[in-house]
Amino acid sequence: MGTTYLASYSTLGFLLVLGVLVSIAAFAANRLLRTQAPSPAKQTTYECGLDPVGDGWAQMQIRYYVYAFLYALFAVESVFLFPWAVVYDRPGFGVTAAAEMGVFVAVLALGLAYAWRKGVLRWL
Amino acid sequence: MPFWLELVIRLVAVLAAFMVLPLVVGQTEHKVMAHMQGRLGPMYAGAYRGWAQLLADGVKFVQKEDITPARADRPVFQLAPMIALLPYLLALLVIPLGPNDLVAQPLDIGLFMVLAVVGIGILAVLMAGWASANKYTLLGAMRAAAQLLGYELPFVLAAASVAMAAGTLSLSGIVEAWSPWWLLWQLPALCVFFIAGLAEIRRPPFDAPIADSELVFGYMTEYSGLRFALFLLAEYAGIVVIAALTTVLFLGGWRGPFASEELGWLWTLLKVGAVSFVVIWLRVSYPRLRVDQLQRLCWKVLVPVALGQLVLTATVTLLT
Repeated sequence: MGTTYLASYSTLGFLLVLGVLVSIAAFAANRLLRTQAPSPAKQTTYECGLDPVGDGWAQMQIRYYVYAFLYALFAVESVFLFPWAVVYDRPGFGVTAAAEMGVFVAVLALGLAYAWRKGVLRWL
Repeated sequence: MPFWLELVIRLVAVLAAFMVLPLVVGQTEHKVMAHMQGRLGPMYAGAYRGWAQLLADGVKFVQKEDITPARADRPVFQLAPMIALLPYLLALLVIPLGPNDLVAQPLDIGLFMVLAVVGIGILAVLMAGWASANKYTLLGAMRAAAQLLGYELPFVLAAASVAMAAGTLSLSGIVEAWSPWWLLWQLPALCVFFIAGLAEIRRPPFDAPIADSELVFGYMTEYSGLRFALFLLAEYAGIVVIAALTTVLFLGGWRGPFASEELGWLWTLLKVGAVSFVVIWLRVSYPRLRVDQLQRLCWKVLVPVALGQLVLTATVTLLT
């Protein structure tokens, strides 16, 4: 068990299947035990007891698209960071590897500082 | 031991931990909050000081009617609670309980795997909020998206700092590389990781997406019965996973003042319990952060601190 690469990941798959089976069993039990008396009033959209006004999928202003950009940048950075983090202090890497990653992170940090300075990190 | 038997034992152990630990945390939350706020907690279920309250809740939830709003997007609405819950089950698979591979499945990239599956939670929130076709749930889901977008970063960067210090992504390997000295020089990362972790699982004071005094119950407003119970279970499972990760990455996992080899599992559980207690404590102590305060804390405090910690970690590991 766990001797080969794929075998160790198959456990993950089995656990996922087991989790799904347990949820299905829970909902089957729920189906047997629950009451079932649907009515239109029960199934209206909840708006604190009043009749719902307009459509539930209302238009809204998403204020944080700039955050989403920044997030995408830093998320990619962190994916690069993990393999590097494991090897950078092994022989053959050392200060050069650290300096390269330092430059990479510094450029992104500069971007964050720029966004900060421009005032886009303020929730209006 | 035959292959299949061992596999079944491992899976059932994970499932049992997943069923029991969140309930223990939930019951502790009822009782601890009651004591801290000077009120009566659950006292009747189970005849002795309400110990069976959560079981009683479960029995109640499973008997309740399953209501899907007429205007909701049915399949997405009904699937969301399971998507919220299952990532935490998968995360428990690789968290080590004790030394000598006392873990359901050792993985070389365990840390990366855990960070990846914990990130799935946001998908469930967006699904629930959008599919309910309700203004409150939509607002809650949008708040949650903004919050988790931001806090994912310091969360991952703080974990990267530990990976750098340990030189491995295996969670057992990280605990083996750990020494008490880490409590000092990884302290900023510990604080960043814990705070960002709280925000990841949307616990107070980071519960703006739920915000019961503004948004009814945020993205869970339309849920009832078993599906609502699964969302609540996901919240407690989230506490367990975040506490376990904090323990394994920063607090030395199974390392204790004595008998780490024999009593490793006990030290791990004690530390997880202590961190969970702090999570509950924070809920009682701090008011909810406003949405703009949330983002400011993340981008202007936590991310810079986490980047600084990366520089510190790189410097210290290369010099020593």
